[in-house]
Amino acid sequence: MKIRKDGWVVAAGLLALSAASLAAPPTAAMLSNACAGCHGTHGVSAGPSMPSLAGQSKISIVESMKGFKSGERPSTIMGRLAKGYSDAEIDAMGEFFSKQKPVTPVQTLDRAKIAKGQAVHEKSCARCHVEDGKEPKDNSPIVASQWLKYLQIQMDDYASGKRKMFDNKAEKMKPLSRDDLDAAAHFYSSVK
Amino acid sequence: MTLDRRNFLKMLGAGAGASALQGCAGTAPMVSAGGGEIMPKSGRRVVVVGGGYGGTIAAKYIRMLDASIEVVLIERNRQFISCPFSNLVVGGIRNMSDLTIGYDKLASNHGIKMLYGDVTAIDAGAKTVAMAAGTLKYDRLVLSPGIDFRFEELAGYDPVTTPEIMPHAWKAGPQTELLRKQLLDMKDGGTVVITLPLAPYRCPPGPYERANMIALYLKQHKPKSKIIILDANPDITSKAGLFRKGWAKHYAGMISYKGANKVTAVDAKNRSVLIEGVEEVKADVLNVIPPQRAGDIAVKAGLVGADKKWCPVNATTFESTLAKDIHVIGDACVAGAMPKSGYSANSEAKICATNVVALMNGRETIEISGINTCYSFITDKEAVSVAGVYKVANGAIVGVPNSGGVSPDLSELEAIYAESWLRNILTEMST
Repeated sequence: MKIRKDGWVVAAGLLALSAASLAAPPTAAMLSNACAGCHGTHGVSAGPSMPSLAGQSKISIVESMKGFKSGERPSTIMGRLAKGYSDAEIDAMGEFFSKQKPVTPVQTLDRAKIAKGQAVHEKSCARCHVEDGKEPKDNSPIVASQWLKYLQIQMDDYASGKRKMFDNKAEKMKPLSRDDLDAAAHFYSSVK
Repeated sequence: MTLDRRNFLKMLGAGAGASALQGCAGTAPMVSAGGGEIMPKSGRRVVVVGGGYGGTIAAKYIRMLDASIEVVLIERNRQFISCPFSNLVVGGIRNMSDLTIGYDKLASNHGIKMLYGDVTAIDAGAKTVAMAAGTLKYDRLVLSPGIDFRFEELAGYDPVTTPEIMPHAWKAGPQTELLRKQLLDMKDGGTVVITLPLAPYRCPPGPYERANMIALYLKQHKPKSKIIILDANPDITSKAGLFRKGWAKHYAGMISYKGANKVTAVDAKNRSVLIEGVEEVKADVLNVIPPQRAGDIAVKAGLVGADKKWCPVNATTFESTLAKDIHVIGDACVAGAMPKSGYSANSEAKICATNVVALMNGRETIEISGINTCYSFITDKEAVSVAGVYKVANGAIVGVPNSGGVSPDLSELEAIYAESWLRNILTEMST
């Protein structure tokens, strides 16, 4: 193939232009698959500090991402990543992960803490985290069958004041001790 | 550090010989394949070459997206050892087994056909790859060959014997263990020199993280020892402020950094390197990370661009701009703003798989959305990260404006997240 140098430049320019204009905008799968390196294939996490997203309610994923994006929800890396997506893209990702099949992680939990956590749940959390945390309610996420380590990090963020709570949550959560919170995390992780 | 004219000249001489040999190997005629067709092709087939961070994911996602496409994954080794976290093995806080995965579950879960062996040639016209046992036809080929080294740019470097004395440990495996062993054998008060080439090279922050992990070990066991980083680049290429902060906080007086110190020659016998052909640096342990390029097979197949190092690709499909129906992903390709990292390879593989399936089904291709997340350890308890989100603009891969960036500070939480990063990404590759 012999193409004059200036001819080649024009041809390459056209090629790039046509390739760019022919492609459709990123789909929900294209956007969401990029997350799977950290959150697991289809959002089923294999790493204890990374939450599984598979089967999570769309509204809580979208709210989390928007919170990361604005900085309202504290994070290490997620704020930097969430800033890379439009609200429409975040919506598509929330929809994608909410439709994936959840898988209960295999992890070691403390039996005594589970029992104590159940009592904490019933007294203080059950109004919003319905069905032992298995069902979402409004913007309350599904917390059952989540990784313990992830839930513990969230409890720490709430207890330290790093993660803000809306009034109803604060009213219930503030009186709880660190041990209560840890027990609740064990309980939710144990619910299948 | 002394300038030694006689050694310098000797190195130059040896270097010329090595370059000539390397040149010969590069242009040697390809050995024709042994038998006939290995697996006769009936339906549509994608052959994936290289079972690392890119290739495993490309194979898996193609099968998940369209199970009617046959996928053959060709890999040299029976097990894969991760480069990410291998610096922690060098530092003695992880084992090789933490970084090692097999291919059996991946293959059986997704119906991927594994072939173990080397690809010796690619015929882009006939759409075949050649192995020792015979040839294999493809409709599309995905190459994820990783890197090989431009040894010829280091005078005196023998590609076979030098790494046994001055391990690069830039492909995880026996080289990682050798570097670890040399540190264990070194006397207290010894000097470790880490040299790195001009960017681009695999894993921009890797050499600096390595200094941290070596320092972590030396601080506890051989505290009189020193580490010198000889960087060919003018300054630290990634997470510079955070590494400086980590060195000041944890390794003051132990790690010294020298930018714009390009190693041009090595003397394995004398355990020394030469900076810019002038200044000789001797050390007890020499971790020479040579300059790099796309893996050998990509070079052989004529897929590297005018720079003779890396493979130019279409920013939507990762199809080579030099050969039709051949896609190149991972460290070997030029992916615009996406760095040469494991996570980038993972993300590129999914983008490539999506568009390979679209092209094979006559569907519209889909614009990319990619991510990179990369953690570096400062100590056993603290880590830092860099993250980025990528898209296409004007035919090139760019970072999404106002997103991404590095950690604000050293973080214990990031060390915990890094651990789960590894578990998730290796699980994605192996199941």
